[in-house]
Amino acid sequence: MKRIFVFFLLVNLAFAANAQKYMTKSGYIGFFSHTSMEDIKGDNNQVAGVLDVSTGDMVLQALVKSFHFEKALMEEHFNENYMESEKFPKASFKGKITNLSSLNLSKNGTYDVTVEGDLTIRDVTKKVSAKGTVEVATGSITANSKFPIVPEDFKIEIPGVVREKIAKNLEVTVTMKYLPL
Amino acid sequence: MRRLAFAFIVLLIPVVLPAQDDLMNLLNANSAPEINYSTATFKSTRIVNGHSIERMAPGQLDVRISHRFGTINSGAYNFWGLDQSNIHLGLEYGITKWLMAGIGRGSYQKTFDGFTKFSVLRQSTGARVMPVSLSIFTSAALVSQHWPDETRTNYFSSRLAYTAQVLIARKFSPGLSFQLTPSYIHRNLVSTEMDPNDIYSIGAGGRVKVSKRISLNAEYYYMVNPKTYMSSQIYNPLSLGIDIETGGHVFQLLFTNSLAMIEKGFIGETAGSWKKGDIHFGFNLSRVFTLQKPQVRENQK
Repeated sequence: MKRIFVFFLLVNLAFAANAQKYMTKSGYIGFFSHTSMEDIKGDNNQVAGVLDVSTGDMVLQALVKSFHFEKALMEEHFNENYMESEKFPKASFKGKITNLSSLNLSKNGTYDVTVEGDLTIRDVTKKVSAKGTVEVATGSITANSKFPIVPEDFKIEIPGVVREKIAKNLEVTVTMKYLPL
Repeated sequence: MRRLAFAFIVLLIPVVLPAQDDLMNLLNANSAPEINYSTATFKSTRIVNGHSIERMAPGQLDVRISHRFGTINSGAYNFWGLDQSNIHLGLEYGITKWLMAGIGRGSYQKTFDGFTKFSVLRQSTGARVMPVSLSIFTSAALVSQHWPDETRTNYFSSRLAYTAQVLIARKFSPGLSFQLTPSYIHRNLVSTEMDPNDIYSIGAGGRVKVSKRISLNAEYYYMVNPKTYMSSQIYNPLSLGIDIETGGHVFQLLFTNSLAMIEKGFIGETAGSWKKGDIHFGFNLSRVFTLQKPQVRENQK
């Protein structure tokens, strides 16, 4: 029993020592919908995220109300009709860089990565996988990714009248510039 | 050794798997609590006739076209009022996050009007709890109709009337909002000595959403001044409406006993009575244009 306890301590110590966590509260997530009728773009510059470079674990969290649009009515409809932000105020992602070994943190540069994890929007959780890049610079790490999502996957109802105005696949852009925690 | 291996497996799994939850907890611990403002208490800047707590966002222009037809009890000959039409045109603009202003022209008494509406309190939860939203509304109206009696000395100031309102609203749930609107109207000139220059009233209005894009609205203004001392029969305005939102438009279809579409008219000069069937069908049409795009940082690089 004692041995297990000592081992537990050692393992945790090892993890604590290795844990190199990076954080930001001003990351960017945007989405873009293009149709012949209308382009819709929502930007959120207040995305919070933590990246643990020792394990590749990462989490992102965005307030739905912090997405801003060119047209105030779009923003209102986004919150009221589609995302129901009073009921579901946050969207989040919990995932992991799967090819952490290809990342060399001691050398500045841009590395291709693949991230897999759970994306939760409107309390609906879906497994997603996306390719992206990680830019290692002195004092900061910037993660970039672009991937498509389908509104219907998250039980977002789009009425027939406006279906033509909203793309079937929305393009999501993520840019997170992390600083050491 | 087997025990050690077992310990290794048992201990490693709980350390690795909830790591993301730990990160999430770390993230939440590092984030300041936010203020959650209530938005979209009403679909439009009007409940029916009167102003709602809603404002235009900065840089957004609301072009409004409103109609009130004749009374329904005017019968088939007048096609239940649709032969007659009263119009109000408005241009309304959001100047800052807390201030909007608008100008308008109504065919009722050929009236020009201008207003400002500014936000004092915003309903919120979270880091700051505020139970209601509160705005101040002020307007001026200029009647440009020819003088009824050209022979007497007519002053320009006699054409003017002013309104001040305090709008107090609460969004109880995503589907239910309510507003109280104490109002004061000053009219520089009234028809006879019997009529008060100052009118005090209290308005109450609300909306119930029946679907995400449709809501039912109702609005009533109670005049505090005793109406028996007025030279003509004046009624309290009662209006019922339905808001239909289609992308960039909000349509408000409504029934009301007042013909005018500005405060000075519908609060102080409503001559129609619901009981007698002096009900006007009407609509407000709102189309919003973005004149100035909000500044959004594209990227933080």
